[in-house]
Amino acid sequence: MNKLFSAIKLFYHKLGSYPWFYSISSKFLPISSVLALMIFGIGIVWGIFYSPSDATQGEIYRIIYMHVPAASVAQSIYFALATAGFVYIVWKMKMAGLFIKAMAPIGASFTLLALISGAIWGQPTWGTWWVWDARLTSTLVLLLFYLAIIGLYSSFDNKKSADQAVSILAMVGAINLPIIKKSVDWWNTLHQPSSIRVFEESSISSEMLYPLLVCILAFYLLVFVFGLMAIRAEIAKREMNKEWFKKIIIKND
Amino acid sequence: MKQHRKNRIYVILFIGISILISIFLVFSALQENINLFYSPTDLQNNPPMSDKSIRAGGLVKENSLIRDKDSLKIFFEITDLKNTVSVSYEGLLPDLFKENKGVVATGYFYPSANEFVAYEILAKHDENYVPKEVKKALE
Repeated sequence: MNKLFSAIKLFYHKLGSYPWFYSISSKFLPISSVLALMIFGIGIVWGIFYSPSDATQGEIYRIIYMHVPAASVAQSIYFALATAGFVYIVWKMKMAGLFIKAMAPIGASFTLLALISGAIWGQPTWGTWWVWDARLTSTLVLLLFYLAIIGLYSSFDNKKSADQAVSILAMVGAINLPIIKKSVDWWNTLHQPSSIRVFEESSISSEMLYPLLVCILAFYLLVFVFGLMAIRAEIAKREMNKEWFKKIIIKND
Repeated sequence: MKQHRKNRIYVILFIGISILISIFLVFSALQENINLFYSPTDLQNNPPMSDKSIRAGGLVKENSLIRDKDSLKIFFEITDLKNTVSVSYEGLLPDLFKENKGVVATGYFYPSANEFVAYEILAKHDENYVPKEVKKALE
């Protein structure tokens, strides 16, 4: 037990080091990129060409293969930002502040993708692009939190105070996550409750569920790849003039 | 853990709990308004003022749908399996509008006649996704 704890502690300290992260991520990046693209391809092709059409909606339901994964990663990224905010405020780990800065635009993009794909689906099925129900509105609030984090960060000249401010904002916004998740159960909404269930049988047939799960996995892998790239870019930006970084650049030339 | 870090965690916990409490208060005050629509039971128990546009939602009752032959007018009943309210509407309907399926209507409610005059109809899709062949086999 103690051994495990010290191993985790060591990993945590390594994770906080820019040079360690920069070198280890360069090893992970190519293989995870290939893997992500492959699984993304499999999921999308399976979902669009090889899964049956829905009895009531016909073909339009296939937007689910974009919409659900996008909404899922959008919320998970925010959870990661809030966790990083907590780590930054308590332990002042520089990497955590950098993580928020790097990941916020990725989270914002996926939230926007979820909102847009939902609107495109809503127009033919519901009869409207947008309605102010609890699920849609709380997801819009998620997008606004992401944009607020991006805006707040860029309003500071000093990186330290910027990291501090966005950490607090990221934590405050976490309150929105359970609201998004439970909105369809707590209130009358136009948005349907979720079809994928962990503890009981899903209300989506398995022929449609499996490609959807592959798409969800693919989106998480894509976020991992985009995240590595964004964090590396931000490290490069902050450490441009440091000795260790120059050494790597010279070595690679 | 060092004392100043512990203190920071306490401060975060304190702020977090106060935000939670305030959000809880806001939501319990707003409870009515967060719901997108009134169910037929809500309409019967505390009818809202009829001069304000509201939304009513539920299932389209089976065998209640009547289409006017010469116009786009339709009449149907919305039910939540306890109470029903009759709805009239003139215009185009979304693809998914069907008997026994969810619907959200926007319009004016007249409590004395238990009638709802809608100017917008939205179809509510449920969480069930079934392939065509499977559905046919089931029926």
